[in-house]
Amino acid sequence: MRSPDLTDRILPPAVIAIMLAALYLVFVRVPTDAFQGPVQRIFYVHMAMWLSTFTAFAIVGVASLLYLVKRTPHWDHLGRAAAELGLLFCTLGLATGSIWAKPIWNTWWTWDPRLTLTLILWMIYAAYLLLRSLANEPQQGATLAAILGVSGVVDLYLINRAVYWWRSIHPAVIVDRQGGTGLADPLMRATLIVTMLAFFLVFLWLLRLRLRAARLQDAVDDLRAELA
Amino acid sequence: MLAILLKDLRIELRTKETLAALLLLGLLILVVLSFAFDPMSPLREAAAPGVLWVAVVFAGTLGMNRSLLRERDNDCLQGLLLAPVDRGAIFLAKALANFLFMAAAQVVLVPLFVFFFNLPLVTTVTRLAPVVLLGLLGFAAVGTMFAAVSLRTRAREVMLPLLMLPLAAPLIIAGIQASTALLAGAPLAAVAHWLNLLAAFDAVFLVVGWLAFEYVVEE
Repeated sequence: MRSPDLTDRILPPAVIAIMLAALYLVFVRVPTDAFQGPVQRIFYVHMAMWLSTFTAFAIVGVASLLYLVKRTPHWDHLGRAAAELGLLFCTLGLATGSIWAKPIWNTWWTWDPRLTLTLILWMIYAAYLLLRSLANEPQQGATLAAILGVSGVVDLYLINRAVYWWRSIHPAVIVDRQGGTGLADPLMRATLIVTMLAFFLVFLWLLRLRLRAARLQDAVDDLRAELA
Repeated sequence: MLAILLKDLRIELRTKETLAALLLLGLLILVVLSFAFDPMSPLREAAAPGVLWVAVVFAGTLGMNRSLLRERDNDCLQGLLLAPVDRGAIFLAKALANFLFMAAAQVVLVPLFVFFFNLPLVTTVTRLAPVVLLGLLGFAAVGTMFAAVSLRTRAREVMLPLLMLPLAAPLIIAGIQASTALLAGAPLAAVAHWLNLLAAFDAVFLVVGWLAFEYVVEE
């Protein structure tokens, strides 16, 4: 809890300002994609989700390991907060991706390696949160979830290899994987960067809020235990 | 460690309940999944390895739940933990016992699979053996660890597959893909990358389980 006031004073207005700028760029300023039309605009938001998602899941892995080693509640709170937010951003990323894929790829879903990998990750971290809420005791749930968090990261490389080999053997449903990445206009690249930054700051802000909520919850529990 | 392994094997030999359950459930899944495919369709042959692996995975999940539940009744786990052995050794013994049970079930299940899908017996068995054994070892490792985890939760029967199956995704993909290629007549070298992946999975989760089991069982 080092100087929370300063960051708390700067972060929210910064998030709001940059988010408004991102919305302006995405919906008004950036030129419409020549091939894909207006639907391409969701791509900026879609990409922005992944930065936060993968940062969040990386934080879960590191926090889980540190919790198992150090056993301080701070790492547990961090892992939990990051898992919740990672799942949120991952869900939004999958949803925006599907909305984009339907007109462009003509299907909501393909078993593309990246999609498969993301879906498996989604399931692992959904199980992570479920495990916490279903554990017999919260203390135990934290340890068990940390084990799952570490296992998830360790497994990541294997899942990655498996889904890539799997799809390279089968014929791809959609051959054209070009769409969406060819950002011709420099303004498109700028929009992407600003949008990613905006959502990443939202992620950091929510992470701070969630951490504070967890700390307060702990304090309440302690007080309640004292009174009882 | 050997003592725990022998204890589990002895219990099983006397009751035969895990093995019987594994076998019947495996058979049931083979049959139920066969309903999903038109018996005349070539699709059925293509789906055969998938059916076998689904049977292995779901029967195995239930078997591993049982193996750890048995330790909970009468506080046997407590006794095991009080014994002067490394927690990692308990994990390895349990995982090995689960591996042996599942392998024993396969001795019957794979011929049944051959029978239902009208495959050549000897070539199918010899070709699938390395894939199935490597797959079962990794499955036993990850399953034993998360069976112990789910033991500590409410709704534990549901928790085990939820925790384990996403993590086991590479194992399931590798197992099915390698089996499909081998049954289609590919040489063993053609599936070497899948076998490597299975071996890597086995190694990773045996080590993770061995290291993490201490945290799982602590009070």
